[in-house]
Amino acid sequence: MTDTMSPTVPPIVRMQKLNKHFGSLHVLNDIDLEIVPGEVVVVIGASGSGKSTLIRCINGLEEFQSGTLSVDGNTLKPDGKSSKALQTIRTEVGMVFQQFNLFPHLSVIDNITLAPMKVRGWSRSDAVATANRLLDRVGIADQADKYPSQLSGGQQQRVALARALAMEPRLMLFDEPTSALDPEMIGEVLDAMRELAKEGMTMVIVTHEMGFAREVADRIIFIHKGVIAEQGTPEQLFDTPQHERTQSFLARVLKH
Amino acid sequence: MDFDFQFDWSAAFASIPYLLPGIPWTLLISFGGLAFGFFIGIFFGLLRISPIRWLRWLAICYIEIFRGTPILVQVLFIFYGLPQLLGSPINALVAGIAAIAVNSGAYISEIVRGGVQSIERGQREASLSLGLSRTQAFRYVIWPQAFRRMIPPLGNQGIISIKDTSLFSVIGVGELVRQGQIYIATTFTALEVYFMVALMYLAITWTLSIILRQLESRGIAGQ
Repeated sequence: MTDTMSPTVPPIVRMQKLNKHFGSLHVLNDIDLEIVPGEVVVVIGASGSGKSTLIRCINGLEEFQSGTLSVDGNTLKPDGKSSKALQTIRTEVGMVFQQFNLFPHLSVIDNITLAPMKVRGWSRSDAVATANRLLDRVGIADQADKYPSQLSGGQQQRVALARALAMEPRLMLFDEPTSALDPEMIGEVLDAMRELAKEGMTMVIVTHEMGFAREVADRIIFIHKGVIAEQGTPEQLFDTPQHERTQSFLARVLKH
Repeated sequence: MDFDFQFDWSAAFASIPYLLPGIPWTLLISFGGLAFGFFIGIFFGLLRISPIRWLRWLAICYIEIFRGTPILVQVLFIFYGLPQLLGSPINALVAGIAAIAVNSGAYISEIVRGGVQSIERGQREASLSLGLSRTQAFRYVIWPQAFRRMIPPLGNQGIISIKDTSLFSVIGVGELVRQGQIYIATTFTALEVYFMVALMYLAITWTLSIILRQLESRGIAGQ
């Protein structure tokens, strides 16, 4: 958590007037967002508010209909299919999904080495060395030869994190990474993410773990009906929320 | 009621040497046709889920035509009909293999489509998010999983196609049924001979079932 808000650093993500529709539903409405390198941004909001869609736009899993989006200098156009910029962005941006999405037919080690070998062109030995180092880092070095179905949910999610990190991303996206986990496994995944934040990784996290958000976030963004209703430091947003929607949302999620 | 007729085991056993030469033909037509049918099925199965509309329509037309007409009509068309168009006769073996190929190809197209579509969307999204191209995502992530799920229905189609070759006695190719018919024409032992013919089909399809079960259990072990 460095002082990343200094205006001299060029943003790694820049969204301007981004609009996204699902049919007649206006999912994202004139989103302006800049994220600087090293920043940890947590996106909160009710389900259906557009928070997942927002981060899925960043690596092109969702198309948008108007506005501009650039990631690390690569500009995505509205409704752009598989442009070269999109391909570059995806190699530079890692993502961890709610449902892990590990490849069930591949062992843990093959899950992690696939993209570095096929996309980055690494040798198998280099990719395996990196994979083992990452598995060690997320605390499951002894599971390399197992298949995803043989692991617990928390272990699977840590493999998914290692898999994304193996591509040496400049930015990591987390789409509700602990929402599908049993309560006793949430901690181990959050610990791994905490470590990553400490190392200075730029992270955009959609989560319902408010304690975690308060602890690791440099900035909290509250989304309501496709609009950034309010944003600020965790202290500002959690302790003195200005927007009425933020207050009622927090009252609902924090009371239990 | 009084039955004079007895099942004559010696007649049944006597037919075996005459029937056995039909087995290689049955296997050749079945597996030759299925091999081509597999590639036809992959081709049209993938066209069927193409994002390009007219390619989808092409696949739908193919599937509807060859799934919607009887295989007997298809083989008669190929063997008796096509030569009139081409001006030269078609070998009965080639006609049989072609009929199995185009017919099983239509069914296998649907098997391929179902297999690929059954893979969760998250698998593709995870692949793309790692920087894999759409082709790489398909080749390394989607297809291997889809293929495993396709094994049981493919085995089913294999068994159906093996039995379908029995219809090709009508074009004179010397497969099992044809061999039996020729033999019965001189011995008049239809009961015993068709019983033996049925047993031989059962031996082939049963063997295939066992092999498929082995493949499936190995496939599941890798999940």
